[in-house]
Amino acid sequence: MTRTGDPVRNINVKPPFNRSNLKSGIIKKNGLHKTAQKNGTKNVAHPGPRDRESYEQAPLYVAVMTYLGFGIVTLFGYLRDFLRAVGLEKCHLAQEREEQKDFVPLYQDFENFYMRNLYMRLRDNWNRPVSSLPGPMFDLMERVSDDYNWTFRLTGRTIENVINMGSYNYLGFAENNAGFLKTVADTTDEYGAGVCSTRQEMGNLSIHTELEDLVAKFLGAESAITCGMGFATNSMNIPALVGKGCLILSDELNHTSLILGARLSGATIRVFKHNNMQRLERMLREAVTSGQPRTHRPWKKILILVEGIYSMEGSIVRLPEIVALKKRYKAYLFLDEAHSIGAVGPTGRGVTELLGVDPSDVDVLMGTFTKSFGAAGGYIAGKKELVDYLRAHSHSSVYATAMSPPVAEQIIRAMKCIMGLDGTTIGIQRVRQLAENTMYLRRRLREMGFIIYGPLESPVIPLLLYMPGKVGAFSREMLDRKIGVVVVGFPATPIGEARARFCVSAAHTKDMLDKVLCAMDELGDYLGLKFSRQTTSDRPELYDETDFELDS
Amino acid sequence: MSDLSAPKGHSQCNTVQSCVTESCGMDMKNLKEYLGWLYYQYLLVTGIYVLEPWEQSIFNTVLFTMVAMVIYTSYVFVPIHVRLALVFFSGLCEGQEESTVALIN
Repeated sequence: MTRTGDPVRNINVKPPFNRSNLKSGIIKKNGLHKTAQKNGTKNVAHPGPRDRESYEQAPLYVAVMTYLGFGIVTLFGYLRDFLRAVGLEKCHLAQEREEQKDFVPLYQDFENFYMRNLYMRLRDNWNRPVSSLPGPMFDLMERVSDDYNWTFRLTGRTIENVINMGSYNYLGFAENNAGFLKTVADTTDEYGAGVCSTRQEMGNLSIHTELEDLVAKFLGAESAITCGMGFATNSMNIPALVGKGCLILSDELNHTSLILGARLSGATIRVFKHNNMQRLERMLREAVTSGQPRTHRPWKKILILVEGIYSMEGSIVRLPEIVALKKRYKAYLFLDEAHSIGAVGPTGRGVTELLGVDPSDVDVLMGTFTKSFGAAGGYIAGKKELVDYLRAHSHSSVYATAMSPPVAEQIIRAMKCIMGLDGTTIGIQRVRQLAENTMYLRRRLREMGFIIYGPLESPVIPLLLYMPGKVGAFSREMLDRKIGVVVVGFPATPIGEARARFCVSAAHTKDMLDKVLCAMDELGDYLGLKFSRQTTSDRPELYDETDFELDS
Repeated sequence: MSDLSAPKGHSQCNTVQSCVTESCGMDMKNLKEYLGWLYYQYLLVTGIYVLEPWEQSIFNTVLFTMVAMVIYTSYVFVPIHVRLALVFFSGLCEGQEESTVALIN
């Protein structure tokens, strides 16, 4: 029987999940309740944030100029390489010794072409040495280069009170207030700083158990396991979950840790276009009907890998639709909430709360403590059987050193603060402040005429710069105005879409944001960055694909 | 690290001068600043901004030479070609009129 219309939207999703530890039914204040009334149906979990995001394309001349700029720099790159090869110019890179010139080459010159000839020229915008706490304001050490960024030297001066728009300090827990950090100091007194063992051997301290119970309670999951490093949580645990004969459907823009974990596992990987649910459904269908490539046996497991907030685009995953799809096609879902845990949602519980999805619908909830909790490490949460299995079989628990006790205590104190268990309302205030700051900054930047990606709720704000020259100029000019930004270029983003990425923090005051906005306004005119041709209106944007695939 | 020869953008509003000669000077200064800003935009858009000064000079020289050659060629050849084209087409039209007149008659 053919189904007309969108197969995903016709499915009834469970009504919004009521958590017992939510205060005063805050979930009603979310856009969810309002839009449910607008639609007239209460059962559909309408994706609230979706209406207000747009990924505007720049005018055509911008793309042309960008490619032109890259072309010219490439030509000069060839010229410089030629000069280096001939010997007219000193080569600063690694080279083989004279005796080894006839051997198989050790250093592949061409692969690093881009790095030698473009990245090196702009290298002073990255790896700036920070000499203070990465709070809302920080200090940088001043460094200069005499030979066009091949070597740097520190002048000895510090640039003080630079506004920090690059650190992942969403809730402002990167602080050095002695009162707040008292429990951390006490824990260091009690446990010391090092653990000197892996979790499975002698490294399972009582503070780890306490942390894992707290994480499970925070997320609304049955059980959780933590790991000392966020990247390793992904790359070491995915191989324990899937193996050969399994299928991984991974979003186009997934983080390297997810890609590495998927590759290490040995499963078959298929990539679907970013946030494109029609493609995902088509791939799921095909996987279920055709099975493994040559033998056509059914796949042992199908795992969908997505992230909560994608850090380069600022976009939020379409979780209700994915959950509906996974239930229909019996796949498993792995949600990486590195940037979204603590940063979105009315009480900071992440995208599951923001989009009204029951956390027990997501099979594997993964996240990191680096971003919103001001610590280091990652967690995986889910059903108890899953977590017990990971405790025994995952590489990170068997071989990696356990999390350091002061760091674990910092996470505990931050989480208790957000949940309100320490008796104050500081946590929830910070969550609200972050939401306010995000909306304010996004609205103002969009009004000024910059092209920004992502919905209004996302605290990661990528601002498109496009041209390689402007990328370098922007970062340097902002530093001259005492604002530190992170600019991102080619390998991390598509070649024609270089951007600056702002990470809003709850610790930013309105004055700091106003100062940043004033500088942005000035620089936008001076450098020519205001490419947007849209007027700001609150009408909802249509999706890109309005025709849904009909199954024949 | 200070960058290249681009003027800084910390432009403040200058105090209004009422004297005529000084306002002419002000215009000259504004014009110079504006030209400097245009040059900076050219550096940014073509990507030359990232290159070292001698590379910038090479590129500017080559570009300037090509533009000069284009201007020279158009100055020398375009009027002649346009005149020839006009003669050709008007000759065609007149020839057509005469033949239609002959046909009607």
